[in-house]
Amino acid sequence: MTAVALTVENLTVRVGPIAAVQGVSFQLAAGKRTGLIGESGSGKTLTALALLSLLPDTLSASGHVIYEGMDLLTLNERALCRLRGDRLAMIFQEPMTALNPVMKIGQQVAEPLQLHRGLSAAAAQAAALRMLEHVRIPDAAEKMHAYPHQLSGGQRQRAMIAMAMACSPAILIADEPTTALDVTVQAQILHLLSDLVDEHGSTLLLITHDLPVVATVCERVIVLYGGHIVEEGTVDDVFSAPRHPYTRALLDAIPALDEELPSRKLAAIPGSVPGLGQFPPGCPFRNRCPRATHVCETMPALEGDGHRAACWHPLP
Amino acid sequence: MTGIAFSVDHVSRHFVLPRSTLFGARRTLTAVDDVTFDLQREETLGIVGESGSGKTTLVKLLLGLERPDGGSIAYHGASLRRDVQVVFQDPASALDPRMRVEDIILEPLRVLRISGDHRARVRELMSAVGLPLSSVSHYPHEFSGGQRQRIAIARALAPHPRVLIGDEPVSALDVSVRAQILNLLEDLRVGFQLTLVLVSHDLSVVRHMTDRVLVMQRGRVVEEGETRSVFRRPQHPYTQLLLDSIPRLPQASRR
Amino acid sequence: MRRVPPTLIAGGVLVGLVIVAAAISLIWTPADPGHVEVSQRFRPPGDAFALGTDNLGRDVLSRLMVGARNTLLIGIVTVLIAAGLGVPLGGIAALYRGPFEAATMRLADVLLAFPAILLAMLFAAVFRPSTVTAMAAIGIALVPVFARVVRGAGLQVMEQDYVTVARTYGSGQLWIFAHHLLPNVGSVLIVQATVAFAIAILAEAALSYLGLGAPQTTPSWGRMLSEAQSFLSQAPLLALWPGLSIALAVLGFNLLGDGLRDLLDPKLVERVAAQA
Repeated sequence: MTAVALTVENLTVRVGPIAAVQGVSFQLAAGKRTGLIGESGSGKTLTALALLSLLPDTLSASGHVIYEGMDLLTLNERALCRLRGDRLAMIFQEPMTALNPVMKIGQQVAEPLQLHRGLSAAAAQAAALRMLEHVRIPDAAEKMHAYPHQLSGGQRQRAMIAMAMACSPAILIADEPTTALDVTVQAQILHLLSDLVDEHGSTLLLITHDLPVVATVCERVIVLYGGHIVEEGTVDDVFSAPRHPYTRALLDAIPALDEELPSRKLAAIPGSVPGLGQFPPGCPFRNRCPRATHVCETMPALEGDGHRAACWHPLP
Repeated sequence: MTGIAFSVDHVSRHFVLPRSTLFGARRTLTAVDDVTFDLQREETLGIVGESGSGKTTLVKLLLGLERPDGGSIAYHGASLRRDVQVVFQDPASALDPRMRVEDIILEPLRVLRISGDHRARVRELMSAVGLPLSSVSHYPHEFSGGQRQRIAIARALAPHPRVLIGDEPVSALDVSVRAQILNLLEDLRVGFQLTLVLVSHDLSVVRHMTDRVLVMQRGRVVEEGETRSVFRRPQHPYTQLLLDSIPRLPQASRR
Repeated sequence: MRRVPPTLIAGGVLVGLVIVAAAISLIWTPADPGHVEVSQRFRPPGDAFALGTDNLGRDVLSRLMVGARNTLLIGIVTVLIAAGLGVPLGGIAALYRGPFEAATMRLADVLLAFPAILLAMLFAAVFRPSTVTAMAAIGIALVPVFARVVRGAGLQVMEQDYVTVARTYGSGQLWIFAHHLLPNVGSVLIVQATVAFAIAILAEAALSYLGLGAPQTTPSWGRMLSEAQSFLSQAPLLALWPGLSIALAVLGFNLLGDGLRDLLDPKLVERVAAQA
């Protein structure tokens, strides 16, 4: 039985009266890579932020996020600061806003080492240089003294990864880390990410809307829609035999690279993703689902063994 | 109708960059470098490239918004301004937030001084892009990204164009909405006998929708050919690299 | 359909009061605003003189009403001059960029370097000092403010795709200026105009104080305020009335500007129909 790195129980995030994330529960197996798939309005970013208690004050989170026996949602800010950057790390989509524009790269990577490992400035700089070389930034010694705007998009992302992995965190959350990058750079960064987490034994939670990315990098996948988990399982199971109509529809909507499809028309999902607070009560997907019936007015529970789906009419 | 829509002949475009130091040398950026191709009427041409490939500049050259520094680019038709329209990537900046949908769609007709029953035209266009007629009196912010792209497409169709250029038309949309818009573009292409130029970094989209493809790298066309062949047997190492970089779904996920 | 913003109502009321006072003053005032009666100086508010009299025995209320006329005139004309010159300047800078932008912005900088007072002195030296010279001087001095605001907001508009698309089907610079740039900088412009109005009124007061503005006999709130400063120990209320009037008028215009901006903002239109 693999160890569990993080347990999320009944996580609900509210924006005012509206629940953007509703009763989400899942576990992250230690050392494994899990993908969290969702489009806009799915609640994926809010879930990620809630895990690290980084939600803005206007939002409230309830439920439990259990790491090493501690419920992170109950910890005070000091305790959380000790954990963030050290045991729990996060990287974001847009490195240009995630990196401090007036601080040199080397200094930014060194910061977590100084804060959490108590290294001296010199020792931290040396460790930062090693980290930048490790993330394969060319001319790392020079780049140490560069500012973020002097680096390319891919290099900035590498720098952010270096910062996040500097203290060898137990859990790394990556929120759309490659969405803003060119496809060749994306491939390199995903590769790097996989190698690094394996090397450090970290648990990865990769958040994205891009299904093929999850298929390439992750072992397990969680599908989020309208604040609910609608499907969950191994990548193989979920992608080759999806049980939830939404997952099936997403897969069908992606044009195939290798084979010829009979027509240029794709299987599209009708309607658009509702805005916050505009999902229908009950199953959030029911107004776009070909299999919906009146029972879908009540939200189904996640059911299954290993490969779970929340649907009254799951695919066989 | 057959024939050539555009003849692009050894086209280049440079940009002079501002000096980085007071007395430093002026640097020149070559955005498009010696590009040659023909765009056949009623074909769907894909242009693939990453950032810095020159694809955006090429689009602007085709639209007549930029002039080539070298070579020539010729549109073989009555009116470039009328016949060639574009849909851009970002639905948030594609529509003037201060204008109602009706005025947005009719603007090309007004600028081009195309007379006719504008009301009827608006009705036709809204129907063509699958939006309810009642939407015309609303403002862009009231619509979702996918709906805004439909409005942008309706605007592009207003002057009865022959060529429609889509510059990453679905990249900023939710995954579940992309297929709808791509399907719409395909329907419109067939229905109005359009020539379609699809610029995208998403190779699976290009593979799916285009007849021919240009692969661009640093301003040059490194490979060109029938989409099927280029994807099956790429000749240029960069094309191969692009194809290798694409993350793939497991084979078994296809129905 | 569209809710009328409360700021518009509040602002409208205040500005309306000023306009009404000014209008009434054209045909009637409680007393002759220019009538000097030294024996009546510094009377406190009472029956004969509702707000009292000033240092020359003139009725404060009547002067306030006539002053309303001048204040409105000065504020509005100044803003019109400043906007009339500044908006095209900023628009040209944003539309054409390159050397045009540099030239227009440097011109604006030069104007910014000239304080209104210096300009007023210049005009006063050439022509007789009057309300007109004061308005011209302040108006020109405020041009750079409008130019910068329009250029700044205009640059952002020019970067939007809808402008690029408009060019694609042949929209010229004038079309883009009129149909896209101006409407989208409108809200910033309105707010800027109300701020400029306030500055103009106060600037005119300073100029009048220095003898560079309206002649002694013309009542304006700014001048009344400046003059009352000399008599603060004897009649502190004298400063209160014009000061309060200026404050309320400025507040009124600011609220009006905010309300107008909100009224015209499509994003604040309450959605009537469900999402398409």
